[in-house]
Formats: sequence, C-alpha cells, structure tokens
Amino acid sequence: MSVRPVAFGYSPLVALLLTLAMLTSASSSETISASRDTIRRQHFPDVVLTTHEGKQVKFYEDLLKGKIVTINFMYTHCKEGVCPLTTYNLGLARRIITERVGPNRLGHDIFTYSITIDPEHDTPAVLNEYAKTFHAGPGWLFLTGKPDDIELLRRKLGFVDPDPNLDKDKSNHIGNVRYGNEPLQQWSVVPGMAKPEVIATSILYADWPADSAKKPLFTKSVRATQ
Amino acid sequence: MRVLKYGINRLALNAFRNRMELVKAGLGRRDLLKMGLLTSAGYLIAKSGLSSRAYAQGGGNDATPNPAPPPSPPTTPFMEPLPIMPVKQPVASLSPAPTTAPNTAAGEGRTRAHQALAQFPPQKLYTRIAQASSVSMSHDLPSQPVWTYDGNLPGQTFMARYGEPILVRTINNLPSDNGGFGKPSITTHLHNGHTPSESDGFPCDFFEIGQFYDQHYPNVLAGFSSTHQPNGDINEALSTLWYHDHRVDFTSQNVYKGLAGFFLLFNQFDTGDETTGFRLPSGPFDVPMLLNDKVFDPVNGLLAFDLFNLDGILGDKFLVNGKIQPFFQVHPRRYRLRFIDGGPSRFYQLFLTDPTNTNATNPFFQIANDGNLLPKPQQVSSVRLGVAERADIIVDFSKFAGKSVFLENRLQQTDGRKPGAVLGAGQGTNVLRFDVVLPPVADNSQDPATITKFYSLPDRTATPRVTRTFNFERTNGQWAINGQFVDCNTTRFTVQKNSVEKWILKNNSGGWQHPIHIHFEEHQILSRNGVATPSNSIEFARKDVTRVQFNETVELLFRFRDFVGPYPLHCHNLVHEDHAMMLKWAIANTGDTNSRP
Repeated sequence: MSVRPVAFGYSPLVALLLTLAMLTSASSSETISASRDTIRRQHFPDVVLTTHEGKQVKFYEDLLKGKIVTINFMYTHCKEGVCPLTTYNLGLARRIITERVGPNRLGHDIFTYSITIDPEHDTPAVLNEYAKTFHAGPGWLFLTGKPDDIELLRRKLGFVDPDPNLDKDKSNHIGNVRYGNEPLQQWSVVPGMAKPEVIATSILYADWPADSAKKPLFTKSVRATQ
Repeated sequence: MRVLKYGINRLALNAFRNRMELVKAGLGRRDLLKMGLLTSAGYLIAKSGLSSRAYAQGGGNDATPNPAPPPSPPTTPFMEPLPIMPVKQPVASLSPAPTTAPNTAAGEGRTRAHQALAQFPPQKLYTRIAQASSVSMSHDLPSQPVWTYDGNLPGQTFMARYGEPILVRTINNLPSDNGGFGKPSITTHLHNGHTPSESDGFPCDFFEIGQFYDQHYPNVLAGFSSTHQPNGDINEALSTLWYHDHRVDFTSQNVYKGLAGFFLLFNQFDTGDETTGFRLPSGPFDVPMLLNDKVFDPVNGLLAFDLFNLDGILGDKFLVNGKIQPFFQVHPRRYRLRFIDGGPSRFYQLFLTDPTNTNATNPFFQIANDGNLLPKPQQVSSVRLGVAERADIIVDFSKFAGKSVFLENRLQQTDGRKPGAVLGAGQGTNVLRFDVVLPPVADNSQDPATITKFYSLPDRTATPRVTRTFNFERTNGQWAINGQFVDCNTTRFTVQKNSVEKWILKNNSGGWQHPIHIHFEEHQILSRNGVATPSNSIEFARKDVTRVQFNETVELLFRFRDFVGPYPLHCHNLVHEDHAMMLKWAIANTGDTNSRP
C-alpha cells in the first residue's frame, strides 16, 4: 500500500490521519519514514508527465518511489553541446552499469529520466524520435509535461542558475545529472559532461548495499519497453 | 585524422578521443549528425571544452533576488556553554593488530600498503568510531541523531606530538538508514597532515559499514627524507589540523551531519605547556572552535540539508563546537583560540565586539594561518576565513574583565556563491559570547606583543621544476577544473617527489569565490593578480587553503617531499567539491611536466 493522502478525494484531515497512521506503521515494506516524506514534500511534486511513449506518469509515485534514478533536463533541439553530450554520455553510462551489475537492473530498479525544458516543442512524438536516435533502452524515459509543471520540477530539483538572466537562457541550462536512491535518501550529482565511466560509478554509489536487508520490493515499476 | 590537421590543441585532442569513443560505441556519421554531436562543419563538438559562456558565469550580478531566509525555528542565543571536546585517549592494543598490507580478510577497507609504517612505528594506537549519536545543538531544539566520531560533536580532540607517530583505526559503525541525508560510506581526511597518501583520507578511499581503515600518521616534519634529513624542516611545523569526512560526492552531507573533529600537533616550541617553548596559552586556555552554519526543519527542529542545492549552502543558525550560539566563561587572561571554518559554504570575517562600546576596535594577535605559526604574532582587528581555513589568535581578556564581548561575524553573505560586504560593528551575527566572569588566575603565557620570532618561512625563491595552471570554472552549472571533473580513476598529473612546483590558480568569474585546498603540502602565496604578497601580510605565511576571489590569478609555491601516491586538489566549498570541482594528482619518483593538467 502506498502513501497517497489526496489521491482518493479524502478530506485533508482524513488524509493527514491516514498519512500519520502509515508513517507510524513499521510493518509495511512501503512505510515512508518522516525524513523520506520530507524530501518528497520539498522536492518531488507528484505532477503528471508524459513519456516519449505517450504514457501518463506521476513524477513521484510512478517514477521515483522505491527506485534508483537519474534525472537530467534537456531539449531536443539543443545544439550547444551540453544536451546531446549528456544524453550520449548517459547512454554509455547505462551500458557500463549493465556491464557492472548485470542486464536485469535497468528498467527494473534503475531508471533514467530525461525531462525536456521545452515541452511545447518536445511533444511525446518528438521525444520518441530523440529516444530512438540515442538508442534509449529499458528504463530510460524522455518526459514532457505542462510547462508550469516542468518549471516546478526544475526548481524543486535544483536545476536553476542563481543568476536570473543566465537562467532564462535555455542553452545555459544546468547540465548536471542528479542521481539518487529514493528509499535510501541518498542523493548527489554528477556532471553530464563527465566521462561515462565516472557517471556510471556515481550512479552506482546509490546502489543498494551489498548485504542490504532493506532492499524493497519492486512492485510497481514503470518500464520503457524498447 | 582530419581534426589533427590544425595542430594538436586540447579541443582537437578531446574531439579525437571522443571520436574513438564513438567509433567504439558503433555510431556512424549519420547517427552523430542526428544526435547533434557533429558541428555543421563536420567536426565533432569538443566534449570537455568549455564555451566562452562559462567564463561570463555569475558576473557579480547583484540584481539577483536574495533567496528567502532559511526557516529554522527560533533559538535563544547564549543560553548554553561552549562545548569543550574531550582529549582523545589511546588504546593499549588493536585487534586485529595493524598490518602493513591492507587486512582485507578482517574487514579493512584500505587498498594500499602503508609506505612508512616500519620507518615510523606507531607509539600510540587509537580507535575512532563513526556512529550515529543523539546530541543537543540547542535547548530549543530536540536532541537528535547526527553522525559523530565516538559520540561527540565535534569529535574528540587528538593531541599529537612531532616525533610520536600514531595509528588511528576508524571503524564505520554508521546506520544504513541515514535519516534523510548522508552516505554511510566514509573516508577520514586529516587536514593537512604530512601524511602518506594511503592514510590521507583520499576521497576515493572510502569504506563501508562494518569495515575499518587504519591510518598511519608519522607526525614528521616535511623534508625529513630530502632537504632536511633526518628530522625535517622545523619551519614546516603544523599545529591546528582537523579531521573530517571526505567521501567523494557526499562530503558536504557527511561533514554537515557531524563528521569532523580537531587534531592538534605540538613540538618542542609549540609545546602545549605555557611555561615552555613559545609559551603560548595552553591547557584550558587553548581552545579550538569549529564554526558551522546549519538549517533546522521549522516543524520538527531536526537538522536539515538541502540535497538539491548546486551552489553552496548557507545556514541561519551559527554553531561553535556543535552548539548554536553558546557562551564561554573565561578568566581575565590570555587565551589561544583556534578557529576553523567547518563549512559547508560560508565565509566569515570575525571581530571581537564590545556591545557597550561598538565604536571601539578590539585588536588581538593572530599567531597562525591555516594552523601554521606566522613568523611572529601580528596584531589585527579581524580574521577572514573561507571554508577549511584556520586562524589561531591570542586574545587578552583581562581588558574585558567583568564584561561580555561577542565573537561577531560581520561578513555579509546572502547566497552560497560568495561573500558580500563587511558590515559595521553590531550589525553582523554574534556567533559566541565571551563572559569574562571567572576569577583572575595565573597567566604564564608570553605577551604576544613581545614575541619576535616563531619560525622562519621556507625559501620562496627556489626555481620550480614545473609551473601548472588550474582554471576554476562553471559551465552549465557544472563545476570544473580546467574543463574536467572529478574522476577517481584518472591521475591528472604527477609531481616529482622532492621537487618544487609553481601552481597558478585562476578564477575568471566575478560571481564566485572558491577556497581551494591542496592536500599534503603547505604552500606559499607568491602573488595575487601579479602583485607580490607583501611580506607584512598574514598571507605571506604558509597556507593549505587559498581563497581564489573574484577574477583572480593566484600563484603558489610548493615543495613536495617524502611520500608518494595520490592526493586531491579541490574547492573546499563542500557543495562545489561534491559537484566535481576536484582533481586527483599524485607524487611519484618521476614526475611529468603537464602545465595545464
């Protein structure tokens, strides 16, 4: 059972009580600790995005919850270097991850999310073409959505230049790749223009500990079928 | 290769390497064009090259709206005493006994053999346990788990002596549940010990829960095997060091969560006894102070860390030795105060402020810079610190007998990028209150005004074997050094053991400042923007962190001696450091001459 206080139209009070009940329940493997819930509230708005395959997904519930993820922002007609290079590097990093942890992890518990900052141009069809160009494999989703939702995500996830003039300039957009393990609350950053081996190594810093008994069940994975 | 036609410049080389990578990946020209990896002229775009845009980054645009003030709950200042950390005590033995080769079978995380264990056999052994412990940072906030060494925040204080090698076994006993931030995978750096590489706490030498790691600190002066055999150069003596976590990609979280402590190094002059040697205030009158700024959750009062900040994190609560705005009761006599800027990102300018007379200047004596004694004490009215910089000062509280004076940070800072203006007296933040209320006691320390000499400075006229240049840059939000990012597997250049080098640090931005730290050897600042460091400047003395300020080119002189292996160079704004502004270099018997590594 997942923590979704407002999803079923409960009143805020009922939702709060439900949330509290779930937070204090230690039995479920899906129990969300208070700190994990804080990160969710502060940084992971559950906006609806559309994948390059046209599927509607919720940012937190469907894309992040229980998973190891990378998140970067891009746009398909970015020709300044940073977008195609980051996308390209992520592709190579994913190959390296497969070499290191086996072929069954990408799309199972390790996911790659590339979110367009030009949602008006980058429709699912455009992103689908882009995904094909970069040979995106399992668990790599190119995502678009409402401009306001994308902007909210960009700000909540810290992909903002502190200089507002530079921030307006799309070609100057933040080229970092956020990586993290959502249930373990381990988050950091690797430059998208770092070497693919370095990107892969960083992403795997967020892997489950070797002897982890806390490794959760992966019940509701969203898979990009390629 | 067509790209080589115009000569082997850096961009071409990068492009060439990239092309080989692409060929390996099985991508054709058509793929590359579609991906946007070929320019219209048919060249591969340079993967690591930085656009000119990067250099315009920041630009000191003060129109930037200030971010909303962090939302910590209110706390009442000066209600609790300054914590004085206990002195770390040795253990009789370690089980299993330390070994030269990594004891992998027993769970040691070390990967390289000790290079000087037999030469400097440890006379004392210690254990240091990284663990979650409940601490109180303020009466107004709940006691809460943070990460500590041995249960103390900051960790217990090592009192080490030159000529007395020690071995410290750090045990990773952290919980797998981090409570919101932090990586329970650690490496403990001794900043800035003359430490063999495998014991340095190199960022990529991290080890996991349940493992341990033995660090050998020879406590030997630089030059013992080369220029100043057999005991080393007394003018390279270190005094105020600190230890802290250095886990690659996660240092800011782990240090913010508590993993830091003091390590004081004494010798026949800086003795730890104020009746001998330089007669510096000692014992209870020698007080290290770790300065941090933090944010607490407005609802539950728990320590909060902005996981999604790229630029530098500022707190609205100021802590000294793990306590928010403590008071410190002192006797009317001289004290040695050792300040460390423990970060994560803030710059400080510290003054003594008498609230009953804010117009007064309250000078004191600075005696050390980054833990290195100056040639002699210098009277100053304030000290400026970037992250990891240290200043040792001597304050004579007898002139404030019966009064209270504040340690005031008057440096304005509104975001993690850079410091602002120096504010007027009483307009800054009082981080600590000294209450000069204890009775008079004997003061056997020497008046710093009458001390004419500590050590001499090492010769700064030596001819460098190599001059290397490092640009500290930001492009598309990515922190880089010479266009490249941290990489545990790539040694960017190799210094020849027992040689002199000149390093040029460049910051082409008017919007950022970077406190740059180079492990292992102290340096001397030769010049800033071509202006030689004045011999009466505090900066004329040795340093291990240099603030590279707006649009500055800073020249440093180093001697690399005695030990070999990898070390890092990095920005000590912990957020920049974690976001790749770091490189790995090494010392070996044969060095290279790469001038822009």
